[in-house]
Amino acid sequence: MTIDAAFGTPLPAPPPRAAGSSRLEHAWSVLATVLDPEVPVVSVVDLGIVREVIEEGESLVVVVTPTYSGCPATEVIEASIVAALDDAGLGPTRIRMQRAPAWTSDWISAEGRARLRGYGIVPPGPVDLARGAPLRFVPRATVPLACPRCESLDTERLAAFGSTACKALWRCRACGEPFEHFKPI
Amino acid sequence: MQSITVSSHPSVQYLLRIGDTCLILAQRLAEWCGHAPIVEEDIALSNMALDLVGQARAVLTRAGELEGELGGARHGEDELAFLRDERDFRNCTLVELPRGDFAVTMLRNLAVAIFLKLLWQKLGGSSDGELAAIAGKAVKEASYHQEHAAGWVVRLGDGTAESEARLKAALDLLWPYIAEIFESDAVDAEAEAARLGPRWSDLRDDWRAEFAAVLAPAGLALPAERPFRSTGKSGRHSEHLGYVLAEMQHLQRTYPGGVW
Repeated sequence: MTIDAAFGTPLPAPPPRAAGSSRLEHAWSVLATVLDPEVPVVSVVDLGIVREVIEEGESLVVVVTPTYSGCPATEVIEASIVAALDDAGLGPTRIRMQRAPAWTSDWISAEGRARLRGYGIVPPGPVDLARGAPLRFVPRATVPLACPRCESLDTERLAAFGSTACKALWRCRACGEPFEHFKPI
Repeated sequence: MQSITVSSHPSVQYLLRIGDTCLILAQRLAEWCGHAPIVEEDIALSNMALDLVGQARAVLTRAGELEGELGGARHGEDELAFLRDERDFRNCTLVELPRGDFAVTMLRNLAVAIFLKLLWQKLGGSSDGELAAIAGKAVKEASYHQEHAAGWVVRLGDGTAESEARLKAALDLLWPYIAEIFESDAVDAEAEAARLGPRWSDLRDDWRAEFAAVLAPAGLALPAERPFRSTGKSGRHSEHLGYVLAEMQHLQRTYPGGVW
């Protein structure tokens, strides 16, 4: 499947190469400006999906891991990464998809979490390893999330699946506003 | 468009059973898009269909690579999805049955999610590194699917007289088809011998325990075993699969190689 890179989120101008920095350092600084198209405030680096950047001969290889198996943004993200690095003169760039170890929301950086919250999405807490054995059949008695707008803890989950696979839909009873929660997975 | 012929090697067949089960259930769930009783469920079902399509793509890609590694013609994920005939699909019959009402959809989702979660857990230790990697991601998704379906099955079974009656009818309808999942054969035996993955019959006891644990608060119990066995995993399908494939394959068959 090919997706026109133009469908991706418009990129901020990539930073110029800092004096004395290597090609790889410059590549990482450019990648820090490539945003997730569905959460266009968090970069692919802060999201933790860029695992490695490697020089292979003339080429730059970016190792990327998907967040969800069926995430429809994956191909747009890959196209955006290639476009950003090529535009910065760092290419030719290739993407290498790496599934293992599986991405976890624990890899979202502190900066990424702060940006999610600022955007109105409650960032994920630590992944609950105990969920591996769910004999549970009712909605979990979750620790209430603080509303990203008014900080109230009087909130409830409306649906486990929100506007994208990675988010759940919540509501704040205090301010009456809905908000999203980036699921721990 | 000419159909392709796929390797009959047991390892390829084993992967097709997994990939096709995910793919065909995804088609059935996608039918709810725009039709679910509430918008949140519309979104949830579409999201789960996407997860399943993603899992199917990964597993079918691996199946096609394996065909090549075994010395045969190698097929891509799109060829496997769009250019195989009905008899070459290896999904359990359960997932091709019509989506029915919301009770049928949720009960089937619960049955399949528990099964897939148990399967992915075992496949995490597969001798095939790529399959193990796919499983490591998919097991988290299946757990979410299970939690979602379990919540609805309890809510329906413990709900109104109408919802309770519909859930009971759904269990009556689906139960005979669930048995096929846990029937093992030569393909399973080969997969276990090659440490590719478990015999599906070995997942039966754990599946029954988890399924029963949800049925109980829903006011239902595991029904008795019945002699009927469906045979989708070996390519002999119900009358329903052809219609699913007609819709899914129509564009690629009519406009070969067409892209967005």
